[in-house]
Amino acid sequence: MTFKNETESENLEKSGQHKFLLNMGPQHPSTHGVLRLVLEMDGEYVTGIDPVIGYGHRMHEKIAEVRPAQSFLPNTARMDYVCALPYNHGYVSLLEQMTGIEVPERAEYIRVITVELNRLASHLLWLGTFLLDLGAFTPILYCFDDREQILDILESVTGSRLTYSFHRVGGVYKDIDDNFIEKSRAFIKRLEKRFSVYDKLVTGNIIFRKRTEGVGIVTSDIARRYGITGPNLRGSGISYDVRKAFPYSIYSKFDFEVPVGKNGDCLDRYYVRINEMKQSLRILSQALDMIPEGDIRAKVPKKLKIPKGQSSFSVEAARGELCYYMVSDGTDVPYRLKARVPSYGNLSALAEICEGMLLADLVAVMGSFDLVIPEIDR
Amino acid sequence: MDFIANLPPHFFRIPIALTLVISLVFINALIMVYLERKIAGHMQFRLGPMEVGWHGVLQTAIDAVKLMSKQLIVPEKAHTKLFRIAPLLAFTPAVLPFVVMPFAPKLQAVDINIGIIFILAMASLNVMAIFVAGWASNNKYGLLGSMRSVSQNIAYEIPVLFSLLSAVFVVGSFSLGDIVGYQSKIWLFMIQPIAFLIYFVSSVAETNRAPFDLPEAESELTAGFHTEYSGMAFALFFLGEYTEMFVVSSIATAVFLGGWHGFPLPFFEYSSVVWFLLKTYFLMFLMIWFRWTFPRVRFDQLLNFSWKYLIPFSLVNLLITAVVVKL
Repeated sequence: MTFKNETESENLEKSGQHKFLLNMGPQHPSTHGVLRLVLEMDGEYVTGIDPVIGYGHRMHEKIAEVRPAQSFLPNTARMDYVCALPYNHGYVSLLEQMTGIEVPERAEYIRVITVELNRLASHLLWLGTFLLDLGAFTPILYCFDDREQILDILESVTGSRLTYSFHRVGGVYKDIDDNFIEKSRAFIKRLEKRFSVYDKLVTGNIIFRKRTEGVGIVTSDIARRYGITGPNLRGSGISYDVRKAFPYSIYSKFDFEVPVGKNGDCLDRYYVRINEMKQSLRILSQALDMIPEGDIRAKVPKKLKIPKGQSSFSVEAARGELCYYMVSDGTDVPYRLKARVPSYGNLSALAEICEGMLLADLVAVMGSFDLVIPEIDR
Repeated sequence: MDFIANLPPHFFRIPIALTLVISLVFINALIMVYLERKIAGHMQFRLGPMEVGWHGVLQTAIDAVKLMSKQLIVPEKAHTKLFRIAPLLAFTPAVLPFVVMPFAPKLQAVDINIGIIFILAMASLNVMAIFVAGWASNNKYGLLGSMRSVSQNIAYEIPVLFSLLSAVFVVGSFSLGDIVGYQSKIWLFMIQPIAFLIYFVSSVAETNRAPFDLPEAESELTAGFHTEYSGMAFALFFLGEYTEMFVVSSIATAVFLGGWHGFPLPFFEYSSVVWFLLKTYFLMFLMIWFRWTFPRVRFDQLLNFSWKYLIPFSLVNLLITAVVVKL
């Protein structure tokens, strides 16, 4: 891949097109993480986008090839640190699928509860940062206030606040107690009331609507071509959620809907995420009611031999479909692990969607896409 | 001694007034930065500054000391002279309007007969400073910010002018003293509510405050025109911005909100400055409230709003005022 550089910038000037290159990132307030966008600008208009990724490359997939499969678990949490538990969940589920370990039902419930809490935390953080990208400073603190409650709840059971390694092969690390359930119920009540606050502060605001309505339209065609998943895909009107389409874990037991948008603009993606939070709350309260007693971990040998073969497992992470693919040569160390992360597809579409846009709209679209760059870089 | 006695009174009053005004400007900036951070904090479920002094009252003073001790870094390819002049350009014209500001019946340095025009002329110099700063720092973000600033200021100065003109039509004088004097019975914003609204919205845009803070839009242009500025040069831009806020709010107070008129106080000719400051700070509180509530508008929306709504409405308002006054 060739990068646009200074010489190219000079060529642009000489060509008399009145265009210039603008280097946005890797350090820029609204390229969350370390994304670099090389923008070809015509005044305020963006005529070309060239995303440069890889600044946060940590060789996670290579690391998976050199250590026992179970000890790779902490690395999964560091790919997408905003919503780490689905990454745990997908990885341990893949290993269970390959080795044929049965998971106690209570453990699956705990997994779903923690994953949904984490999804809520992730969407709350997105809501705050999206509005920060639009120039509203206050909502992020409201959102962090709510998110803090989730982190406290999760901390009480997992021991960490951001990069959890809570799910284990065959179950979970620790059982939840009545205190956890009580606090989660209190939180559900709290957040349900808070939606009206967000509505008043954000949804009804005329400036917010003007900034998001009809901006950054992702047609279902673009979404399919680039492999966009998650709320961004559902914003374009395609009802695809791994939890519904290929129910894994115990998601088939819950009654919930998949919110979809119509036009695929920023406002639709906003609505989809807000409604998804409400659905997550529904799943949570059902799970808290239905959780059975029992073991939280199956018996798993210390040295977990993975049978020869290959397998993949998909889960719905906060940003879209996360798929792990593993090839094993019969030892306890995987031969190859590949993670298909949602943000990569979402970022790829950015160049096509945002061509010819104003710089401010590009920032809004990027914010509405909820990109987490370290999961792309891995 | 005859020579000194024969000098016009302005010769002594203006330096004294300027000294007082500059101290007022600095004190105002200290208060405003503190208030802004406190109010923002409480709007966001935070406490704001709490560490330095009682409830953090000394925080801004300490920050000023810190900024003064910082180095001014001039980028390698910047235009050094212009880069250094720009902060001064931003700050100086912001101070001058106070010379004609009627704080109280006896607290006005000079009451020149074109007071409003003088203030508008001084206030519009600010845009030049921003343009020079953005251009001289040889930074693309800075340049984009300053380009935005120019078109924004041109678009919003027109409605400001028209709305103030309709007030001038009613009073029949450009002198700020006359305008405040006219409002002893009824404040002008009751006669000219549309003009007041248009003036206030446009003046928020002219001071580059959120939701119209496009020249320094953080999430798009990192820091816009002052991206490359550090230390006291950056502080001067900041000071200029807060002073500008004070200026536009005082104009709104003097022209539309009755200036120093209020309930009688002892030594009214001096102490009525309390009413003036109360009204001014109320308007500035509104500006702070806007900033911490609204998202930022987009560039084309900002210009459309001015050219399609504010300017036509203020023109029609001006026309109606002219007809009514003539009748």
